[in-house]
Amino acid sequence: MQVHVRYFAVLRERKGCSDEAVTLTGPITVGALYASLFPPTESGVLPVMYAVNEAYVPEDHPIAAGDEVAFIPPLGGG
Amino acid sequence: MVRLTDSVIDVQAVRAAISRDEAGAVLIFEGVTRNHHDGRTVMRLEYEAYAGMAEAQMSAICSEISGRWPGARVAMVHRVGVVAVGEASVVIGVSAPHRDEAYAASRHAIDTLKASVPIWKKEIYADGSVWKANAEFSDEAPSR
Repeated sequence: MQVHVRYFAVLRERKGCSDEAVTLTGPITVGALYASLFPPTESGVLPVMYAVNEAYVPEDHPIAAGDEVAFIPPLGGG
Repeated sequence: MVRLTDSVIDVQAVRAAISRDEAGAVLIFEGVTRNHHDGRTVMRLEYEAYAGMAEAQMSAICSEISGRWPGARVAMVHRVGVVAVGEASVVIGVSAPHRDEAYAASRHAIDTLKASVPIWKKEIYADGSVWKANAEFSDEAPSR
């Protein structure tokens, strides 16, 4: 199945793009998808929140075909 | 009124959106770009938003406030793109029958915005840049 993944701020800069289509071969949670797309670096793992279809979800939320998935790095609004 | 904008925020429009005869208190909060951080000179800020979700989260904050402080009305506008020193990056207007509710609702609005609205800020210094994280951020998903 295919999902649409959005990248913002520091994650966008790390990926070099703001979004992409990602093909998944089986069931996966948003947390596991994040771990696979952003393997730990020397400075560790950036803590993120998760959003599916523009709503916050917990780390163990399962992804469905066609979902828009976003990883939300530490916020800086205000 | 909830909005993202890439131009200078019209504070009078925010005030007009919340004004009404029942309100005895009107508060306008402006979050403004400082010229320094930890001894470094800030040249400008750059804001980035997950636009659709950010506006949905801002609307959710307004609804929550109307439920928690009956009679309170909220408007919020946040900048995206480059914000110069001295300009407002966010303007939150609150009107309420009395000042106690207005102060409480205004404080709640900005604190919740910083914790839950998907907007990011890059501080540009003379000698580099940093993505700034709000102290209110937690990687636990907000309950709404």
